[in-house]
Amino acid sequence: MITVLNPGIYSTIQDLGRPSFANIGVPISGAMDSYSVKIGNQLLNNNLKDAVIEITFGGCKFKFEEALKICVTGANFSPTIDDKEVQMNSVLEVKKGGILSFGKRITGIRTYVCIQGGVSSEVLLNSKSFYKGITTSYILKKGDQLKTDSAKSVNKSTLSKIKIDEHHFKTTFIKCFKGPEFELLSKDQKEQLIGTQFTISNDNNRVGYRLEEIFENQLNPILTSGVLPGTAQITPSGKIIVLMRDCQVTGGYPRILQLTEEGINILAQKTTNDTIQFVLQ
Amino acid sequence: MHNFKLSYKLFGERAILIEWPSEISEIILTDILDFKNEIENQLKLKDCIVGYNSIVLVYDFVIVNSITKIDFLKELYQNKKGLQKQKSTHWKIPVCYDATFGIDLEDISKELELSSEEIIYFHTKAAYTVYFIGFLPGFLYLGGLHEQIAIPRKATPRLIVPKGSVAIGGNQTGIYPNESSGGWNIIGNSPMSFFDIQNQYPCFAKTGDTITFESVSLEEFISIKNQVKSNSYQIQKIQ
Repeated sequence: MITVLNPGIYSTIQDLGRPSFANIGVPISGAMDSYSVKIGNQLLNNNLKDAVIEITFGGCKFKFEEALKICVTGANFSPTIDDKEVQMNSVLEVKKGGILSFGKRITGIRTYVCIQGGVSSEVLLNSKSFYKGITTSYILKKGDQLKTDSAKSVNKSTLSKIKIDEHHFKTTFIKCFKGPEFELLSKDQKEQLIGTQFTISNDNNRVGYRLEEIFENQLNPILTSGVLPGTAQITPSGKIIVLMRDCQVTGGYPRILQLTEEGINILAQKTTNDTIQFVLQ
Repeated sequence: MHNFKLSYKLFGERAILIEWPSEISEIILTDILDFKNEIENQLKLKDCIVGYNSIVLVYDFVIVNSITKIDFLKELYQNKKGLQKQKSTHWKIPVCYDATFGIDLEDISKELELSSEEIIYFHTKAAYTVYFIGFLPGFLYLGGLHEQIAIPRKATPRLIVPKGSVAIGGNQTGIYPNESSGGWNIIGNSPMSFFDIQNQYPCFAKTGDTITFESVSLEEFISIKNQVKSNSYQIQKIQ
């Protein structure tokens, strides 16, 4: 069991989401940066779908009521256990009573605390991912007690740490494909879309990232149609919105780009005022 | 049997978008559902997202041979048996149009130059088709609103629209399954539950079903609401 002493600004439980319920309008959800979650779960020899804690912008504090193996991945917010600095992306043994907390931001914005066996919480529509209206809780609160499935897992992994590619946090290039309505853009617009540095506005969250720059748009809305995490839409006022993991299943704005899975994971570690540039595959 | 000219596009690494002509019609909806059935019988997909004139097929893997995949789908469409009557259900949805809930009735009554009674008459007279479910879990996209009561969305969306609100936005009508923000004009409230995660089927309706709204008094609304709470309410349906 793990007690939440301080939940930070926005912390949730996430796995890889519930991807098969578009027919009843349920978003996919799941970890924003699935790449970092896979690293943590792999190091712990967990199932890749095991649930983890997703922390946005650090600031959390957890007390371990039992000895557990964990792995902290994703954004580096200078994690410490009992005030001693610990390494990211490596298997850590936390003693009973140990306190995990976070400090100064080094890279990224979303940190994952992966735990041996995964976090155990209610499963709804085949997933533990928090989402308002689906799961009973949709954000971690002070005093929450998180159960773990530590008994089920034996760490046989020979790897105890890996060096991750810093590119994941440093690159400003976001790989994508042409979206279904890309060809409706003019030649100039296409060049602008692919050649411009865009700035992330302060309206960025698990549902979507709105970009700052106004993009000249004469495209008409489309008949409401399927959208996916990573779909970049353009609004009638010329704002680009990149949909993220908690996005609706359908939308009516032209879909001009579709980010790759890697592109979504890289964007998920960026925040207000960061710049990005789309790169076509 | 209808054979439309469909377009097939790769949509990112793992999805294919199939589009019908850009219009809202029940013939297209039936064709979409026929084809979707056929596809789901043949392929194991991760998900299948239906829109007014489209399906997005989401595969479980990165698509490397898109031409082969699209050719397979084209052939499947050409050879599909077509117009197999899908099992659809007609639902009767109780709605209380009392001014307590229908907070925009007075305004739209002025704008449309119709009395509240006339608006309610037109709203309850039509049979609506469920085109698909999106926006929010359990939010039904309904077609078939009487043109006399079509009215544009509000210029500024409300931050909070209460759960169960029945509203009109343009030529569409819908019910908010949960509290959310929203820009449609609210004309009433339904005591029913449109999305309950505790149920085996969280949303009772599905694409292709039809519904009608039935006006109920405030007393009946409260009574149905209590039955819904105690799980004793039976939705009226015709199969």
